[in-house]
Amino acid sequence: MTGQIISLFRREVALATRAGGGATMGVVFFLILVALMPLSLGPDLALLSRIGPALLWLGVLLATLLGLDRLFKADWEDGSLDLLTMSEVPLALTVLTKTLAHWVTTGLPLVLAAPLLGIMLNVEPKGLAVVAFTLLVGTPALASIGAIGAALTVALRRGGLLVPVLVLPLSVPVLIFGISATQSALIGPVPMTTPLAVLAALSLASLVLAPWASAAALRLALE
Amino acid sequence: MRRVPDRSPRNMLQFANPTRFMTFSARLQPWLWGSAALVLAVGLYFALVASPVDYQQGQTVRIMYVHVPAAWLAMFCYTTIAISSLGTLVWRHPLADVSARAAAPIGAAFTFLALLTGSLWGKPMWGTWWVWDARLTSVLVLFLLYLGLMALWRAFDDPARAARPGAILALVGFINVPIIKFSVDWWNTLHQPASVFRLDGPTIDMSMLVPLLIMALGFTLLFLALHVAAMRNEIMRRRVRALRVRTASQLSLAEATAS
Repeated sequence: MTGQIISLFRREVALATRAGGGATMGVVFFLILVALMPLSLGPDLALLSRIGPALLWLGVLLATLLGLDRLFKADWEDGSLDLLTMSEVPLALTVLTKTLAHWVTTGLPLVLAAPLLGIMLNVEPKGLAVVAFTLLVGTPALASIGAIGAALTVALRRGGLLVPVLVLPLSVPVLIFGISATQSALIGPVPMTTPLAVLAALSLASLVLAPWASAAALRLALE
Repeated sequence: MRRVPDRSPRNMLQFANPTRFMTFSARLQPWLWGSAALVLAVGLYFALVASPVDYQQGQTVRIMYVHVPAAWLAMFCYTTIAISSLGTLVWRHPLADVSARAAAPIGAAFTFLALLTGSLWGKPMWGTWWVWDARLTSVLVLFLLYLGLMALWRAFDDPARAARPGAILALVGFINVPIIKFSVDWWNTLHQPASVFRLDGPTIDMSMLVPLLIMALGFTLLFLALHVAAMRNEIMRRRVRALRVRTASQLSLAEATAS
């Protein structure tokens, strides 16, 4: 069973990184979002460096939505989702594997790109490190909550429009605690560990619980 | 010989039959509407005329008698949807989906009412229509959850197929309801902390608590009346749909045999 999970993981990563996979699209979208911020807010470096960490979090939150539409849809269209449900691996574990592969190919590049784009927003070096760290802790939660939205809309023709509407309200707690962990590390007064612990708890709990909901939704789509 | 219906709670499943529900709810409806109108009339009299003016807030305190019950009902509706969703997923109860679907627009309306009255109260009291306080934001998120749920239900061509995906989303979103309830205590910002349901007893005066509770009861009765009416509409809508589908298939069958 472990072998099957590992090969599924490698398949997902290969599909996402090879031609037409679109793993880099998230980073490009993130870059565009960050480039639009100074255009709309004005090129005031003092202002940008103050709100920079929040802008980076917001950009990552929006960029993670981009690939969700294809997370299960491609497998549903060509029938490989049927094969995946029939394998001896429980569907929730399959979903978890796909979610983790999705996070490695889309979430992790965003986390790595965030400090570079933070330099463009004049965020101080400590802020860059803190933002990258809180994003690293928080993005698995965004990926697994997003997988629920992707699974619920997999059988719908215009599901792609619906995913952000379903997913964004549910990701509000992740955003709140991600931002508050970042702010408390940079400004205080609360020690960073308090919101960071909640953020980590959100990530871990959603990695455990969300695959069950996604698996249930996928089973309904296949009926 | 006419069978005497078993009314013990063990046999509540008899209402699983939509036809039985229709006859039962038809008898229940006038009582629900009547009691809701009566309690709301009494409650509004106390809230708008008989209750005292707050020493700090003046007449604007009367907005609270609509705002607080609407906010309670906003959460109560979502709880109704979540329990109904559990019924859809676990027992495949045919009325559970009808109940969840009927409650969503009503809940969205109560949530909107709570946000609107809160905003009207906030302008004279806080000096602004809207603040990004934890409680306000989480109620706004609840409103967005209602909208997302309604959008998901509408996205399916066949309402029967939408039942269980909607139920899954409702249960996932149910995590948000305790966050709303406790956000005031966690973040402790501008919105006042809970003043009615507290371990050390309510902190508001009896002359205001009594009208508030009457209004809350009236709102709950109004919700029940609206919910039963919406459930009846939903059942009839599904029957019309089933008739249409059957007629269409008969027509296409007749055309196929004629050609």
